[in-house]
Amino acid sequence: MSRNRMAGYKKPQDTGKTLRILIHYLGFHRFTVIVVAVLVILSSLASVFGTYLLKPIVNDYIMVQDIAGLIQMLGFLGVIYGVGALSTLGYNQLMVGVAQKVIARIRKDLFEHTQSLPMSFFDGMTHGELMSYFTNDVDTIADALNNSFTLLVQSLTVTVGTLVMIVVLSWQLSLVVFASLFLMLVYVRYNSKKSRENFRRQQKAMASLNGYIEEIMTGQKVSRVFNHEVQDFDAFTQYSDALRSSATKAQTYAGRLVPVIVSISYMNYSLSATIGGLFAISGLMSVGSLTAYLVYVRQSAMPLNQFSQQMNFILIALAGAERIFNLMEMESEVDEGQVTLSKTGDESWTWTVDQQSTPMAGKVVFDQVSFGYEPKRMILKNISLFAKPGQKVALVGSTGAGKTTIINLISRFYEISKGSIFFDGIDLRQMEKSSLRSSLGMVNQDTHLFSGTIADNIRYGRLEATDDDVVAAAKLANADSFIRRLPQGYQTLLNNDGANLSQGQRQLLSIARTAIADPPVLILDEATSSVDTRTEKLIEKGMDKLMQGRTVFVIAHRLSTVRNADAILVLEHGEIIERGNHDELLELKGRYYQLYYGLSELS
Amino acid sequence: MEVIKHMKSYRRFGVLAVVCVAAETMFELVIPIIMADIIDVGVAQHNSAVIIRQGILMVGCALLSLVLGVMYSKFSATFANGTGYSLREAIFKKIQSFSFSNIDHFSSSSLITRLTSDVTIIANSISTGLRPLVRAPVMLLSALTLSFVINAQLAIVFLIAAPLLGLILFMIISRVRPLYRIMQDTIDKVNLTIQENLIAIRVVKAFVRQDYEIGKFDVVNTEFESNSERAFRLATLNMPAMQFIMYATIIAILWFGGNLIFVGSMKVGELTGFLSYVLQVLNALMMISNVFMLLSRALTSQQRIQEVLDESNDMDLSEINPDLELQDGSIVFDHVSFKYSKSAQENVLSDISFALDSGDTVGIIGTTGSSKSTLAQLILRLYDASQGSVIVSGHDVKEYSLEHLRDAIAIVLQKNTLFSGTISENLRWGDQFASDQELIDACKIANAHDFIMSKKDGYNAKVEQGGNNFSGGQKQRLCIARALLKKPRILIFDDSTSALDRATEANIWKQMQATLPQTTKIIIAQKISSVMDADQIIIMDNGRIDSVGNHESLLKFSEIYQEIFQSQQEGVL
Repeated sequence: MSRNRMAGYKKPQDTGKTLRILIHYLGFHRFTVIVVAVLVILSSLASVFGTYLLKPIVNDYIMVQDIAGLIQMLGFLGVIYGVGALSTLGYNQLMVGVAQKVIARIRKDLFEHTQSLPMSFFDGMTHGELMSYFTNDVDTIADALNNSFTLLVQSLTVTVGTLVMIVVLSWQLSLVVFASLFLMLVYVRYNSKKSRENFRRQQKAMASLNGYIEEIMTGQKVSRVFNHEVQDFDAFTQYSDALRSSATKAQTYAGRLVPVIVSISYMNYSLSATIGGLFAISGLMSVGSLTAYLVYVRQSAMPLNQFSQQMNFILIALAGAERIFNLMEMESEVDEGQVTLSKTGDESWTWTVDQQSTPMAGKVVFDQVSFGYEPKRMILKNISLFAKPGQKVALVGSTGAGKTTIINLISRFYEISKGSIFFDGIDLRQMEKSSLRSSLGMVNQDTHLFSGTIADNIRYGRLEATDDDVVAAAKLANADSFIRRLPQGYQTLLNNDGANLSQGQRQLLSIARTAIADPPVLILDEATSSVDTRTEKLIEKGMDKLMQGRTVFVIAHRLSTVRNADAILVLEHGEIIERGNHDELLELKGRYYQLYYGLSELS
Repeated sequence: MEVIKHMKSYRRFGVLAVVCVAAETMFELVIPIIMADIIDVGVAQHNSAVIIRQGILMVGCALLSLVLGVMYSKFSATFANGTGYSLREAIFKKIQSFSFSNIDHFSSSSLITRLTSDVTIIANSISTGLRPLVRAPVMLLSALTLSFVINAQLAIVFLIAAPLLGLILFMIISRVRPLYRIMQDTIDKVNLTIQENLIAIRVVKAFVRQDYEIGKFDVVNTEFESNSERAFRLATLNMPAMQFIMYATIIAILWFGGNLIFVGSMKVGELTGFLSYVLQVLNALMMISNVFMLLSRALTSQQRIQEVLDESNDMDLSEINPDLELQDGSIVFDHVSFKYSKSAQENVLSDISFALDSGDTVGIIGTTGSSKSTLAQLILRLYDASQGSVIVSGHDVKEYSLEHLRDAIAIVLQKNTLFSGTISENLRWGDQFASDQELIDACKIANAHDFIMSKKDGYNAKVEQGGNNFSGGQKQRLCIARALLKKPRILIFDDSTSALDRATEANIWKQMQATLPQTTKIIIAQKISSVMDADQIIIMDNGRIDSVGNHESLLKFSEIYQEIFQSQQEGVL
């Protein structure tokens, strides 16, 4: 977001490989890139050669008053310059096309790859971090391709051309130029090391300031009701001041680069002129060549300066590219399943194993399953459970007991460490993931909606659903009445994750979205916890209809919603401590009993 | 512009930076003049002393420009970041003065970006844009002046070339700017699609919608590609335009200069000197156009910041009597209606009237979306009533200073927020001078003491951002303790015991009734069990008061209450 581009600057680890991949992308436009390079060189040579022609024009035509010759030479110069300027026009226009296409392609590949990554990848990263691949890192490549690539070739051509001229004109004197070149190089290295350190500090200060701002802005109501403004302002000022001083320092260092390089080039020019003058006196060099030589020395400063700056951008871009390519190399979700599941006709789902079809029932079995998100910390220990087709199984327990984990495993968002899970007697690992997941309907506590109309959002469950299907699903989830009251009904646009709807309404939409998919197995993870009990009653009817004839897993905060489950499993610390139906568990007078009568706290 | 006003305190650094760059630029012009003597005098007269003297002079100039350059970078960095600092300060202060309808108007996430990235963009454009902004005009003017001194007739070529290039660059920039805006809008769309996808990745995977998402992404990505291609195609025209003009100028100077030499009104040396200014004049124009490109982005940020600073507070503070303080905890709502914005069609609260005496306990219950929380927030004047008046301790809330009002009223918000720091730091939000014993007392009432003591560091245990290292119930108890420390006249619980078990909740109530008898207590809840012991229960439905009574009478008369009661008969936690 607010990240300064220099901040992403990490020293690339494997520059060669990153470059190869970048070149691979450029390779899709091989022909254009070659044309661009040729045009860049042509344009640079036109500029160098044009400068070279100035001397003969002045000396051989103007001085001797040869008007005809002058016109001819100016015509020639015009042609050369014309070619130069047209080449510039050409390569700029061509490169824009290439750069935008390459960037779009990289962005697309990156997006496609993230879609295939396993859940564990997303757990380890904040949305902000993930987004920065698409924003900061892609931007650095975009900047480099938009400008640096051509400027680099151009300044390189001009620099090499100029240096050749310098050496040809006087190799002795060129030693001064090379010495100052070396000096510049040393300084660039020193300066970029220093600024990198300082930019890192600046980024740290910026991160703390941003963190504080985010915290205090989202907690603004609390701050106001506690009259905490003055203290907040003081704390804010401290963070802000820390950023001010570290940023000042970092930019002081970075800002020195250009003036120092310019001064070194002045120094170079001064020494070249002085020593050259002495050479001229002692007859080592003609006055004419000295004048020409000095023009080239003066000219060499600009492309050099440009070269060092562009090199910096390229390095930053390579660091960004490396992060992107590393992400693209991360392993996708494993899916070796052969067994597929499909919905045939109207109602029935069928398994297909080796081209043999069997109707699906919806039986789920956990056989001694152990699992941990980190290998060392097991969240589930030896869990065995059994859900018969059409049964409603409830999972109860405090936060962190492992309820959601069980559900994550059924959807195979994670791979289990020990034991097996069977779906209609088939090991989950033998099933095609997409088949498995489309047979499971999930409603989570955190509802996530997408920008688009309400109808689009419901249709997300089954893309080919008709408008009538959408309305029917909404009716089933009891969402139809509130949707109709919205100004544009089903065509109402949602934005910002459905921020214009209440939490309860969003929940109803997500239930409708699942209903339209008509899955044989239903998973409700705190699906109604954010609606009040009265509204919940209204939803319940719809839910009951939805649950009919399906195997259902339900996690609920309110025990009243799980009361009618066929089996209730009470989880604690990753183990099932009680199981049975409502009446059996109450009779047991154990943990469930305590929870049910409000004798102990859940969360 | 407000931004310029905020540069003030650091202005002297800005001035110094400008002086340094201007002086440094002069050397670029002076050095070739010194050099001329090496060839024209030193070499021509075979005088090595002159050569060495001029050489030393030049090196001296180079060193001086080095010093100036280093000083410049220090000054400009100080200026840029100082300006950023004081802008941030002004925005933060302004936000603190906002009413919540102001904040809702911007949304807090957009305020955060304005306070962070927009300020950074401005500071960065100052620190990178200042140098070319000063150098370009200096170089342009000095080169033009010098060329006029050499030969005024020939200098007319510049008077044609420079405005022509200026015009072309201006046309490019003015056409590119709207294209950039379109480009910016489409990149926002691309980022929105990515962001939504990443946030909802579980939904995407559960519905096996990866291909659908990729399709959606392709549409916006392609749109962005073609938009940015269009913008950049136009923007990159500036390079060839500059070259065409520069080359044409060189040829024109050679032609007209040659002719002037033919008729004897110009010397050859002067022509050579003249040529060296071509690059300088046109390069300066290029620099100016680049600075404008850079500034146009900063200008967008500047506008966004300006919007915040210009926003007028829609809370009318004119009726405040600074000396007035709350004497008791009585509350009267007199035909209060409320809507979040003036343009909103429907009222969120309609015609609310009720009266509470000091020390009363009142429960408010109703469906989600019945605006119970909004009602409570009117008492603290987080929002102003659109119609009617809210009266506490005998005066309209508008008559108290916000500080006095909010000091006397404590609210435990539905969205509990704890801040990173320690437990005791968080508790002291309620009273920054509270003694350790007072903290412990409040925590005992809130049933938080035991779990705090079970932590290794007790009251000094770390709280992570948002209090994420505590369970929902623990957070609620800490927030209750924090509110109790204010020793308020009015205490509002906005659905803030939902994660507590009934025994704990009952215990907290019992102790509170005993220790805070004079405090008016308002309990907003979804659970009947939380409000059933209150003196009065108000039932809200769709922003209106449906009925008022105590538990027994409501059970008899209120249909809604009966329904809620039945839905919660047992097993509601």
